[in-house]
Amino acid sequence: MSVDVGSGVVRTPRLRSRPTKVLVQHKKAIAIFIAPFAVLFALFYLIPIGYAVYQSLLVIEREGTFGEAKEVFGGLAQYALVFQNGPFWQSVTRVFLFGIVQVPVMLGLALLFALLLDSPLLRGKRFFRLAFFVPYAVPGVIAAIMWGFLYSPNLSPFTAITKNVDFLSADLVLWAIANVVTWVYVGYNMLIIYSSLLAIPSEIYEAARLDGAGQFRMAWSIKIPLVLPAISLTAIFSIIGTLQLLAEPQVFRTFSSAVSSTFTPNLTVYTTSSIPNVNLAAAFSVVLALTTFVLSFGFLKLTQRKEAK
Amino acid sequence: MTATLPTPSDTTTAASPSRRRASAPRVARESPLSRASALIVMLVFTLYFLIPIWWLFIASTKSTAQLTSTAALWFADFNLIENVSSLIAYRDGVYLKWMLNSVLYAGLGALLGTLFAAMCGYALAKYSFPGRDAIFNVVLGGVLVPATALALPLFLLFSQVGLTNTFWSVFLPSLVSPFGVYLTRIFAAASVPDELLEAARLDGSGEVRTFFTISVKLMLPALVTVFLFQFVAIWNNFFLPLIMLRDETLFPVTLGLYAWNSQVNQIPELRLYVLVGAFLSIIPLIITFLLLQRFWRSGLGAGSVK
Repeated sequence: MSVDVGSGVVRTPRLRSRPTKVLVQHKKAIAIFIAPFAVLFALFYLIPIGYAVYQSLLVIEREGTFGEAKEVFGGLAQYALVFQNGPFWQSVTRVFLFGIVQVPVMLGLALLFALLLDSPLLRGKRFFRLAFFVPYAVPGVIAAIMWGFLYSPNLSPFTAITKNVDFLSADLVLWAIANVVTWVYVGYNMLIIYSSLLAIPSEIYEAARLDGAGQFRMAWSIKIPLVLPAISLTAIFSIIGTLQLLAEPQVFRTFSSAVSSTFTPNLTVYTTSSIPNVNLAAAFSVVLALTTFVLSFGFLKLTQRKEAK
Repeated sequence: MTATLPTPSDTTTAASPSRRRASAPRVARESPLSRASALIVMLVFTLYFLIPIWWLFIASTKSTAQLTSTAALWFADFNLIENVSSLIAYRDGVYLKWMLNSVLYAGLGALLGTLFAAMCGYALAKYSFPGRDAIFNVVLGGVLVPATALALPLFLLFSQVGLTNTFWSVFLPSLVSPFGVYLTRIFAAASVPDELLEAARLDGSGEVRTFFTISVKLMLPALVTVFLFQFVAIWNNFFLPLIMLRDETLFPVTLGLYAWNSQVNQIPELRLYVLVGAFLSIIPLIITFLLLQRFWRSGLGAGSVK
């Protein structure tokens, strides 16, 4: 069957084994094709990452209290500060909690909608597909502003609810943000899973149908296992997105005092860099990028192992 | 790796799933109960997805006074035109400037970004040369590096060369789309036949010319997909402009509305402008998605199936 995206991400498919000495044809064309992307990728991906690592290894030293500030090599001093930084780790814990709840809920809904769209149970599929996808066209900042108004007691169309439940309170604001993120991204994830459902050849269903399997049984035993690669792809992007939360909490700071300047890891990076302590902020960035990378990569490996069984 | 990828000829059928399943007999044996519950689930969630947007539309048609005093989900006096014109007039039309900036950052950025990603992905798919796998793996690593993690280091670098608070500081980093390279490579491998390239070579067409005259057309669904997702990524990117830009005439519309929203407490009339501005700003994206959906949906299939 279809090869999953996951395996493509780490193992480059070896297309053909080639003799060791290859005469490379079309050298000039290859260079023309690759150069623009390669140069930009180096300038705006590789060099910044290297520069962040370099900056994170520096400390500011002053001669006397008011002396000139000087950047000197400080080894892992900034990383020691990162690990002692309470608010940063609280923010990391907070987004972990957020991710553990929000990502499964969102992907569960996306899968449910995709399966319903793919089943013969439903009419008006075009309409539902579009209606569910529209929020994806709303940028995170705008969605957060909009929901911020919807949550506020005096403007909300749901005053009966918002007068009794304060969504912007310290207890609930994290879940209020989770709702915004879910609202924006469910339709997008639904479409990815749905297009992978469409790619399943219909012959596979024939046998099941002859055996008298109902829609539910077919979804559970055939469709879900076959779209696992698509689900794991959406899960990886969701994990990356969760750890990078910034726009929504930043907007909610204007609606709620419960959102601190170190509410999420990225907010901590932003706050630290504008204090400014760029070296510590760079160290935060590096730790955060590494955590993201390790988690998404680890998840990839995990799902691959399951599929291999 | 048996390819279940849409080849160029069946991408059009993949775009219309209803027709694809039409050959199967219309299953009438599903129970009315399951049909009804499926419909109810979908209708409830349609409300969940659309009511906020409906509310935003209604809110932008009201006067400031009516915003809190009238039913939130239905029209009062229809002031949309007045609201839009006062939004545009506010502070010498800075809102229009923001929209224009967003279109430039996202439109031009995604266009060039797609072109560069496609050229690279195509080369990785269609030519063999030393270091090809290494390049591809580095690019794939880039897919897993989130754009926001790069914002701060980019800021530090750009401030070294004195480029912060310029158009370029937001525009140039947007041109890189590792996911675009990944997607176009898969799509080029599946939809551009080697025989066709050989034939073009025999006809004396250069490699670059072949790419622009033949291959680009075959890769169109993937290109539209990459363009759209890069467009949305740039349009939605908040951290980069937030950290780079101080001069509000350079703001994209998201950052501008964010800035206004932060001042609502001091300047109450901004509340209405934020709502009207937010409503206007999502229209172009929705229209773009609707117009191009036939193409990007088949391209999306390629990305997730492979």
